[in-house]
Amino acid sequence: MRFLKNIVDKLEPTFSEGGKLAKLHSVYDGFKTFLFVPNTTSKSGVHIHDVTDSKRTMITVVLALVPAMLFGMWNVGYQHFLAIGQEAGFWMQFWFGFLAVLPTLIVSYVVGLGIEFTVAQIKGHEIQEGFLVTGFIIPLIVPVDTPLWMVAIATAFAVIFAKEVFGGTGYNVFNVALITRAFLFFAYPTAMSGDQVWVRTRDAFWWAGGKAVDGFSGATPLGQLSTAPEGTVYTDGFLHNIMGQPISFCDAFLGFIPGSVGETSTLAILIGAAILLITGVASWKIMLSVFAGGAITALIFNLWGPDTAAAQMPWYMHLVLGGFAFGAVFMATDPVTSPRTECAKWIYGLLIGAMAIIIRVLNPGFPEGMMLAILLMNIFGCLFDYMVVQSNIKKRMKRVPQK
Amino acid sequence: MPGMAAEKVAGAVASQEIAVVPDHFVGITPKVAVKEGDSVQAGSVLLYDKNHPEVKILSPVSGEVTAVARGERRKLLYVSVKANGQETQADLPKISISGKKEDVAEAIFAAGFGALIRQRPYDVVANLSNMPKAIFVSAFDSAPLAPDYNFILKGEEANLQAGLTALSRVAKVYYSVSPATSPALRNMKDVEVNEFVGKHPAGLVGVQMNHLDPVNKGEYVWSMNVQDVAVMGRYINSGKLDLTRKIAVAGAKVKDPAYVTVLAGSKIGDICRDNLIRDEHLRIINGNPLTGLRASEEDALSPFAAQVTVIAEGDETDEMLGWAMPRLKKFSSTRLFATKLQQAFCKNRTYDFDARICGGERAFIMSGEYDRVFPMDILPEQLVKAMIARNLDHMEQLGAYEVAPEDFALCEFVCTSKIETQRIVREALDYMRKELE
Repeated sequence: MRFLKNIVDKLEPTFSEGGKLAKLHSVYDGFKTFLFVPNTTSKSGVHIHDVTDSKRTMITVVLALVPAMLFGMWNVGYQHFLAIGQEAGFWMQFWFGFLAVLPTLIVSYVVGLGIEFTVAQIKGHEIQEGFLVTGFIIPLIVPVDTPLWMVAIATAFAVIFAKEVFGGTGYNVFNVALITRAFLFFAYPTAMSGDQVWVRTRDAFWWAGGKAVDGFSGATPLGQLSTAPEGTVYTDGFLHNIMGQPISFCDAFLGFIPGSVGETSTLAILIGAAILLITGVASWKIMLSVFAGGAITALIFNLWGPDTAAAQMPWYMHLVLGGFAFGAVFMATDPVTSPRTECAKWIYGLLIGAMAIIIRVLNPGFPEGMMLAILLMNIFGCLFDYMVVQSNIKKRMKRVPQK
Repeated sequence: MPGMAAEKVAGAVASQEIAVVPDHFVGITPKVAVKEGDSVQAGSVLLYDKNHPEVKILSPVSGEVTAVARGERRKLLYVSVKANGQETQADLPKISISGKKEDVAEAIFAAGFGALIRQRPYDVVANLSNMPKAIFVSAFDSAPLAPDYNFILKGEEANLQAGLTALSRVAKVYYSVSPATSPALRNMKDVEVNEFVGKHPAGLVGVQMNHLDPVNKGEYVWSMNVQDVAVMGRYINSGKLDLTRKIAVAGAKVKDPAYVTVLAGSKIGDICRDNLIRDEHLRIINGNPLTGLRASEEDALSPFAAQVTVIAEGDETDEMLGWAMPRLKKFSSTRLFATKLQQAFCKNRTYDFDARICGGERAFIMSGEYDRVFPMDILPEQLVKAMIARNLDHMEQLGAYEVAPEDFALCEFVCTSKIETQRIVREALDYMRKELE
């Protein structure tokens, strides 16, 4: 530790103002505070501080995302070998998925952090940690076959136009990862939907390539729902996996289905949710109310909905399919883009859940509604806050003695 | 925190020089009433407020004015008086408790106690143009390492009662106690006694006001430290101006934490010079670790400080990969660390703090953090944002009249983004006062 500290101290003048590499001060500072807790002491106000900081908070969120990431990698391999009709052991499946997902993760981090570092240096800020989470989420919410250049462009777009132009972490109106997803969705729809993108049949790093066997169909369960002709009756065996076998609630909950990398396993997501709730990083009110809003809306469609398969699908299936759980746990709870008052969080969550299901059921153009529901509510979040603040103001105004 | 003051008086501190620092009296525009070399008596006026001449700061001792120190742009830094050991006293009016409320208030100010009263809105020294609707006195201090008033005021009950009675002639007095307050301090007459249960900030008058009688636009509320009320009572009962108070000297870097009897304005070095553990840089705090002023040994004890706290500065500490380590010995109010778990097993565990901010400043990221430590019917984050934006209408509507910087101390303590909340609030209140008064 002494050794490292000496190196860091020795480099300090080079990166400080007037030094040779002063242009890279933010980068130096980023690494320094990464290695050592900053020993700056308080100048005004309280003399003692809680040891928590935004690095600790962000790293906890990344930790919570790890189960979904690991499961997602394995599932990519599992679906791949299933599709090409090859037997493969657990580690082989995981290794394949790892190789398939890793490039996306690297591209997302390199592009996002590169922009983040540059902007921090231009503005003379410290490097902000927000993108550590965003960069980890991006590979989890795109199909595994998304071309890397698309990921790069979308990440750059989202970081610059959804975050930095507003002032950086803490000032953004929209969830940055979702903007990345939305950009991909609207700019390159063919690469982001349909039945060809969710399962990788080609090789990963020239390894384990193959051809899809006969009878393969790569559509996600939600894709199958939205393309079902009107009047189709939903039955237990309606949804099927890529080999045409029926999907049970259990399959969907555990995640043995095609979909975006990290969204398939509700179980892995719930492990992440447990980490977020135990550490108190995310709001349980938002998580609970998103699930409640989704369940209630889906139940209403079950009872009185139109005559489509999507409306008839039991409400509990809605909660374990597609990105619903992932959105509820990791995206809706983003503290920056969700409302900041407690009461508003309930309304926000309920409406996200409800909107997601409404879009799924009533709009055949969008098989999945979670992304749009959250982005929509990101806008309305401040409106809910406004109402809560107004009610506090009204209460105070009432208190003033009438003269 | 370790270093709680033991229940004993370690001695009386007799500082040779007493300094009056106008900066301690927030909100006054100081005007000096003496010159260097003047001889003064206890009770002679040293300073007064230019805008409210009734606000006077008196010399606590008799002696000679040794310095009227000024800094940049002739800003008055301090006036110091060298004690000559004689106890002569200037002519001061008696505070009678039978007169009209204006007369009682005037006498309190003339005897110099007015400068120790704080007024809300704006959290500044009170004056006679803004008469209060209520006066708040808290009989307990819930801040970290705070003194125990059961101990300090033992034997001063009659004086406290006299002080409270005098205040009660000016306005209704709310007197707040905690479950730990001794029966002797509970039995006070002429006041409304309320009990507040809970940890810090339960002992802050701001919280008590918000729950009992909130400040509305156009209203004024005063508050006074309970020991100052007793000191005032001492003057009422004996007619003698004896301003000595007991303060706690506490903190992990104090060898023998205990109480001392001292005059406000004494040098902090005189209070704790031989009692410090000097193995690393020290942070000396003129007050408690949450709201106190940063001080050196040369600085004068603030009349608003109930304690002197000394902890490690921490600028020589290097902690590696802090964001990933368990950091079992550190305190956090969040569940990102093991604090909560440890406290479940060991209730009285103490945590050592130094003055590091333990992170870098960021924009507001986490939500609901401030609400956890701000038990008032106010939206703290929204109010702070209005203050940053200098939006007067919003500040007023969101309750800026009711708050003082100290109410936000815990918000600042827990803030993940390390925002300097108290500084923001102080500056905003000054701005508000300038614009609206």
